[in-house]
Amino acid sequence: MPKPRILILRAPGTNCDVETAFAFEHAGGQAESLHLNRLLEAPQLAADYQILCIPGGFSFGDDVAAGRIFANQIRHHLADVMQEFRAAGKLVLGICNGFQVLIKSGLLDTDDDRGPTASLSWNDSGRYLARWVQVSADNKKCVFLAGCDELFLPIAHAEGKFVARDQEAFEQLEQAGQLVLRYSGNASDYNPNGSLGDVAGVCDQTGRVFGLMPHPERFIDPTQHPQWTRLPKQGEGAGLQLFRNAVRFFS
Amino acid sequence: MLWEIDLHPRAGTLDREAASVAAEAAELGITGPLEIYTARGFLIESPAIDDSQVEKLATELFSDSMVEQPICAPIGKAALDAPPNASGFAGSLLQVLLKPGVMDPVASSAETAARDFCSTMGDIPIEAIRTLRKYWIAGASEEQLAKIGSRVLANDAIEQFFVGPLPFDRLQLGSEYQFALQTVELDALDDEGLMRLSLEGQLYLQLAEMQTIQQHFAKLGQQPTDIELESIAQTWSEHCSHKTLAGRIAYRDENGERQFENMLKETIFAATQELRARWGENDWCVSVFRDNAGIVRFDDENNLAFKVETHNHPSALEPYGGANTGIGGVIRDTIGTGMAAKPICNTDVFCFAPPDTPVDSLPPSVLNPKQVMNGVVSGVRDYGNRMGIPTVNGAVYFDARYLGNPLVYCGNVGLIPHEMSFKEVQPGDLIVSVGGRTGRDGIHGATFSSAELTSESETLSGGSVQIGNAIEEKKVLDVILALRDRGLYTAITDCGAGGFSSAVGEMGEEIGAEVWLDRAPVKYEGLSYTEIWISEAQERMVLSVPEKNWEAVRQLCADESVEATVIGKFEPTGRLVLKYNDQTVCDLTMDLLHNGRPPVIRQAEFQPAPVEPVALPQRDDYTVDLKKILGSYNVASKQSIIRQYDHEVQGGSVVKPLVGVQMDGPSDAAVVRPVLDSRRGVVISCGMNPRYGDFDTYNMAASAIDEAMRNCVAVGADPSRVAILDNFCWGDCENSQTLGSLVRAALACHDLSLVLETPFISGKDSLNNEFSYVDADGTKQTIAIPPTLLISAMGQVEDVAQCVTMDLKAAGNRLYLVGNTNEEFGGSHFSLVNNLTGGAAPAVDAELAKQTFAALHQAIRQGTVRSCHDLSEGGLAVAAAEMAFAGEVGASLDLSKVPTSAESVGAVGRLFAESNTRFLCEVRPEDATAFESQLAGIPFACVGETTSETRLQIDEATGGKTLVDAELAELKSAWQSPLSW
Repeated sequence: MPKPRILILRAPGTNCDVETAFAFEHAGGQAESLHLNRLLEAPQLAADYQILCIPGGFSFGDDVAAGRIFANQIRHHLADVMQEFRAAGKLVLGICNGFQVLIKSGLLDTDDDRGPTASLSWNDSGRYLARWVQVSADNKKCVFLAGCDELFLPIAHAEGKFVARDQEAFEQLEQAGQLVLRYSGNASDYNPNGSLGDVAGVCDQTGRVFGLMPHPERFIDPTQHPQWTRLPKQGEGAGLQLFRNAVRFFS
Repeated sequence: MLWEIDLHPRAGTLDREAASVAAEAAELGITGPLEIYTARGFLIESPAIDDSQVEKLATELFSDSMVEQPICAPIGKAALDAPPNASGFAGSLLQVLLKPGVMDPVASSAETAARDFCSTMGDIPIEAIRTLRKYWIAGASEEQLAKIGSRVLANDAIEQFFVGPLPFDRLQLGSEYQFALQTVELDALDDEGLMRLSLEGQLYLQLAEMQTIQQHFAKLGQQPTDIELESIAQTWSEHCSHKTLAGRIAYRDENGERQFENMLKETIFAATQELRARWGENDWCVSVFRDNAGIVRFDDENNLAFKVETHNHPSALEPYGGANTGIGGVIRDTIGTGMAAKPICNTDVFCFAPPDTPVDSLPPSVLNPKQVMNGVVSGVRDYGNRMGIPTVNGAVYFDARYLGNPLVYCGNVGLIPHEMSFKEVQPGDLIVSVGGRTGRDGIHGATFSSAELTSESETLSGGSVQIGNAIEEKKVLDVILALRDRGLYTAITDCGAGGFSSAVGEMGEEIGAEVWLDRAPVKYEGLSYTEIWISEAQERMVLSVPEKNWEAVRQLCADESVEATVIGKFEPTGRLVLKYNDQTVCDLTMDLLHNGRPPVIRQAEFQPAPVEPVALPQRDDYTVDLKKILGSYNVASKQSIIRQYDHEVQGGSVVKPLVGVQMDGPSDAAVVRPVLDSRRGVVISCGMNPRYGDFDTYNMAASAIDEAMRNCVAVGADPSRVAILDNFCWGDCENSQTLGSLVRAALACHDLSLVLETPFISGKDSLNNEFSYVDADGTKQTIAIPPTLLISAMGQVEDVAQCVTMDLKAAGNRLYLVGNTNEEFGGSHFSLVNNLTGGAAPAVDAELAKQTFAALHQAIRQGTVRSCHDLSEGGLAVAAAEMAFAGEVGASLDLSKVPTSAESVGAVGRLFAESNTRFLCEVRPEDATAFESQLAGIPFACVGETTSETRLQIDEATGGKTLVDAELAELKSAWQSPLSW
């Protein structure tokens, strides 16, 4: 069985591409980084890959709004390619800025005939926040979360507050089983950004397109855990499971 | 036609900006109550766009319908004048824009995106976009409104604000430049005239230097052109040539007199050279004091580059932009080191006046220290985070003397393959500018940073203040690494202070260069040839590219949307020739630029003040003192700052800046693993003690080195592989006493470096950190910063699994104090919180320090240490408290066991003295024998144990008086609350 090929799609300002590629490789995949400009010139390149990942960073500076400019490039120039990619039973992952791009490009099935029903907006604190959070996974629908339950992962973002157009839109996504990752725990600040319904990650209706604010690629090695010096020795970081799930989906 | 798109918070959502403006206005004493509404907007100039298309742009590109409500109209329409969700609002509209020509990264991204968007609606041209911020405020008087405008909303250095509608209907884009060669009538000037020219032309050269230039041109029988004078001034500036510290100095102190031909070379550099000679084959330094950053060996494939810079003067005027371009600049330093290093982490150290300084007491033009602090932190955050470089280490110090001169130190570590560590320009190579365009921004930054700040600096030097564009630099970094790995260029350097003038001047020093200034891409029309040459516009790198590789370089840059332009050629003439439209505007020998500066002999003296006794208060309980020290600004938690920095991007984080059960304890140092499939780690820490400098700068410097080393060793770094950097920030060194205090610190650096075998590999100085103003009585006042030496340390650990953190791990373990305690209170935090004077600053026993670091490192490597924390501000009591609350494990200590140099050291000394080279270590009982045998010969003792109670208890002796007793939660709260906004 050949290794599944992962396309790490980077744009100006993407900055988690190297460690995300490393995580996929560590999980048994073959990752390649490609500049958005190349895909815009030759959209057919996507067909060579089984997994497409938009990593974290500040695409186009997050100027205007986080992920917006990248998302508009997809909406205007790559919509067909992305739909074909999904229709072919392949996987798409967006991490942090990648999640912002996915949700704003409509690839997470969060648009209806009146337009977008959900988005990611400024944290309630109004500023960037880097810390670790506990999230609990609904592992039934989303391919990436198979076998996952409670995860401890870092976040690092300013615009990660999940918002919905209205209560009805929120309930619809919830009933469709798309709100698959939520901030959890007993701490008073367990929800770090004020996300509606504590939502930290969303998948599309197939469960094969997934975006999340936490950074699983930052917890591959046990020494990345913020309390590793207090804990018994561990073999690997909890984030690796997401990448392994994606790679194994093709074996 | 000029359109405006305003984005208002959607009805029912919080207007966060309004809340923050209200809070800042309240700090100015304007309490209203104010009614405030805000919006952000885009001004869009297009000759052909219609209202439905603007509407589409607004809803589909610019706004998020979930949280924002867009309003679009041509400029001047009433719809733009009132907030949409405030019926009956009766107040004023204030609009804030960046001044024309100031970098506006959002506008430039918006232009790209809007052009792309409009191409999908048919070919609608977008000429230009600018951003603006709008504030509707009711409840403030006209005078208060002006104050809010100038002190809260807009910083005059970069922004302008308008009350009411905007007074223009098109975006200003500069005007065409008419070439005219400018010469300066130098021969006619007397000494006074020369100095006036130096000052008014912002050359900031001294008389002897101006005279040398005058004589040089007289000999040639020519008048210099303006650009020739500028080139000389840039090259000879303090910032670029370090003429004071690398110059001749006659120094005198209590030990006698000493003459230096080149002070830095004979102290700090000399120590490194001696160490390298001593190590011979085992020398692990690669490139020191020659490139943009110092380089040392890391593993079999890679070296590490490390540089720390200061960006003080710009940050004083515009904290956000100053810090932003400070971090951007130092990142370019590592990219411009060797054949380009890949940046792997940042360190940032700041010095401010206390944030509670009363606003009414501020001298004219001085910004509120809290505003400075918030601006600086935001500037570093926005640039470092966007670059994808983790900010892993830092410190913040407070002292009233930083009021007019805040200090902003920005550092960057880079990873560079062995074979890429050196570069050499080849004759005939093309000079290629890569990255941002050249604008009028940052003119005279190099010469300006050599000048003293005054209350008028804000108006005089506005041009030297800039905003960075991190994404431009990220693109440049990505493409440079790709070009490097394909071997397409022979040398690289950054455009920093002095712009092209310094970059090309440095690269061409050995060969010669010809530059075609009209070819440099500019941001807007109207730049003169001189402005192009000395502009310090950000995000530019200069490469020397063999002609045969140019096409490949051009293509690769275009692929990544980065602009690359040939602007000249390294011609083997030994001359610097500049042309504009084929006309020669400058023709100087490289020799004049680099060797022509006249030597100046400066006087320096230092007389240590006699030690006054310090009257230590005797009390039954010192818990209150402990809490006061924990809550003092220097010691207090910096969590609110640290959490704004991404410290984990690049995936190599091992020891984070905050550690422990709640991930909020203060780590001694940061550890990162830069090569993802390797276990080897880089350790970053720092040391700085400006308060000790008030007593003796020798001890201050020695203590800073010891502290930086302690911090590194405490997390597991190998003390025989620590490289350090010096950054001197001092006052006016034309003053012999001020210069004397600096030379004395440099002597300490030399001495400590040699004994500890810790090489200095790079350094930088920033002098003239004094601020002058005229007070209410009409008297000139000058505030000089305290002598401030930052020592930054870069250590290595062979396997990150050996690292330890400072949080206590479990009850029932032993607590060992390593190192001797002396009654050293000069400059201590115990003195600070009790308003005590006198005492001596802590000294360092360097021989003992070397042995201690080596022994403790072996103990850590063998896994016998569960937690370890260095003793610094506040001594033993503070270290124990921090370890306990970070680990949520109690501790009980017996002061009678504390190893001291003399029996006479009392309880206060044992609790709070700040003696150097001390650590508190937690050791499991079963590891105690192994730990103790590793430390044989070093002063140490078991001084207590960890407990299952949630308190810290410190007794005078077993069964004796309890001097400190507090719940960990109380101690933590005292430590966390002061800076928790």
